[in-house]
Amino acid sequence: MKIIIEPGRSATHYWRDLWRYRELMSFLAWRDIAVRYKQTAIGLAWALIRPALTLIVFVAFRRMAGLQQGTVPEVLLVLAAVLPWQFFSSAVLESSGSLIGNTALISKVYFPRLIIPVAAVVTAFVDFLATMLLLALLMPWYGMLPDARIVALPALVLLTSALALGLGLLLAALTVSYRDFRYVVPFLIQLGLFVSPIAFASSQVPEAWRAVYSLNPMVGIIDAFRWSLLRGVAVEPASLVTSVVMTGVSLALGTWYFRRTERRFADAI
Amino acid sequence: MVSVEGVGKQYRLQHQRGSEPYRTLRDSIADAAAAPFKWLNGSRQAVTTPDDFWALRDVSFDVGGGEVVGIIGRNGAGKSTLLKILSRITEPTTGRITLQGRVASLLEVGTGFHSELTGRENIFLNGAILGMTRQEIRRKFESIVAFADVERFLDTPVKRYSSGMYVRLAFAVAAHLEPEIFVIDEVLAVGDAEFQKKSLGKMHEVSRGGRTVLFVSHNMAAVQALCNRAVWLDRGRVAAAGPTADVVASYLQAAHSVDRSLLAPIEVGSHLEVRAFRLTPNPVTSGETMRFSLVLAATAPTKLAEVAILIYSSLETRIAIIDLRTVSLPTRLEAGQTWTVDGGISSVRLVEGDYRFGLFVNSSEFIGDVTDVVELTVQARPHTGQVVPYSAVHRGFVELDVQVNS
Repeated sequence: MKIIIEPGRSATHYWRDLWRYRELMSFLAWRDIAVRYKQTAIGLAWALIRPALTLIVFVAFRRMAGLQQGTVPEVLLVLAAVLPWQFFSSAVLESSGSLIGNTALISKVYFPRLIIPVAAVVTAFVDFLATMLLLALLMPWYGMLPDARIVALPALVLLTSALALGLGLLLAALTVSYRDFRYVVPFLIQLGLFVSPIAFASSQVPEAWRAVYSLNPMVGIIDAFRWSLLRGVAVEPASLVTSVVMTGVSLALGTWYFRRTERRFADAI
Repeated sequence: MVSVEGVGKQYRLQHQRGSEPYRTLRDSIADAAAAPFKWLNGSRQAVTTPDDFWALRDVSFDVGGGEVVGIIGRNGAGKSTLLKILSRITEPTTGRITLQGRVASLLEVGTGFHSELTGRENIFLNGAILGMTRQEIRRKFESIVAFADVERFLDTPVKRYSSGMYVRLAFAVAAHLEPEIFVIDEVLAVGDAEFQKKSLGKMHEVSRGGRTVLFVSHNMAAVQALCNRAVWLDRGRVAAAGPTADVVASYLQAAHSVDRSLLAPIEVGSHLEVRAFRLTPNPVTSGETMRFSLVLAATAPTKLAEVAILIYSSLETRIAIIDLRTVSLPTRLEAGQTWTVDGGISSVRLVEGDYRFGLFVNSSEFIGDVTDVVELTVQARPHTGQVVPYSAVHRGFVELDVQVNS
């Protein structure tokens, strides 16, 4: 094995190294999960309490706003949106802060840095799986069992992960150079909660605004989650296509910017 | 195995608003806004400004297979930067390095250890961080645990470990790496004496095993014991390279030619400085009396808890200390106030040669060692017996008061 170190050379073997260090990625994700559950008294229950409370608040909000009931029980309608949204938002938040949270590793050991934000998304994914338990309990309770469309669910989860990773890579790299993003990211995510169809359905957005509204990539994804899990909810193909395109763009942009700035991480962090 | 050609590393010293190395968005926006005006002035091309600092400049050397090479130099000479480049943590600005074989680098022990995780869990995590596969770690697990001597605490979180246990475990994981090229920073400076001996033994084993080792150290004794060749870095450039004995000798000679009296105050953290440190007489004759006086001055209000004078050999091995805790300590100093101590050593029982004096200081703002404050030359006492004494290099550091019966 021969390694050549030169200015601008870090690109060679990068993807091969990434594959070689794949175990490290699972170790880092495992560390984050293990530590979290060791430090908290009720451990895994936290993963469930967060979406459960969000669910209660949003259902209450619907009642107060007098939003009309559809054919789908509103608890399920809201929950089917809260879960992917929380997965997405915690994946973006954790991956964008992951580099500055691992300063010691970055300044002392070599490995492809891409591993760190990817591990953060994996951690969020494990939490997401735990929260799906809530849906698995509530759906039979309301007498609504999924049909064959549920096979689309893994693809939708993958799409959400890819979108979150793309944004996470971009924001993680930006946070290393510009610490301002530590404040920007939580704010953007908070805004996202209100401009995504979580407490309501996309069909409740006025027709004239629908196209602009669908530019938010989470609109298509959340609609598709509802479509796949619940009967009687439609997804606009156009908004799903928008989500797929935006995911591709964010993944490409995020990876490009991350790789371009990666070699400076150890000096800047 | 390792070939370093013309390597340089440039850092940009930024005029910092804060003390952090990163920029804020505001700085970049301000720069971007100013850029068109710079362009109008015709000063847009990148030029080397006084703010650019070369941590390494045109460094070249080769290391053959199985060689153990020591990299020495004063603080700030570029040793750490070179290590970081060799470890691929940061990129060089110029030049090229070729490494033939699997590389492992060890810049500190216990990187990535998490205090909440157990010893067992940390072995796996740290092993993975250092580049071992899960299978490899599992295979070496028993041996790592035995080396670190922590069997009974494997399932205890490492936050409950004593610092000695923690360091032993961390070193044990690292010691079980099996690369072809090993890049090591002063990891030997850890643990208690017994463990240091054990780790030094492990290093010997590693170097005899035909592995190529690059060893960065301050400890001249360790470099001489382990390395067959040495590279001396001075202000980012290679000052000398060759057989260890020659390079260490010229390094020490250069260090000696530095003025031996304290010309300017030496800062001790942010609030304290060494105003004066005198040894009289200097040179002193072995076995004679010597007096010392030390003046510390506060540049801002501080609290002084502990002070000790440290005595090192020219190979930077600590030989003795003078504990000053009994002298009116702890004490509070206002800005401008000084703390003075003087005393004597009734018999300087040191073998002739050069010694360095430093300080250990524990104050409210600083705790640590300040090395290389002043130097002392000890001259041989005139010999009286029938035999000529062995030369100083064979006699160690201490002259004992001995009675021999025959």
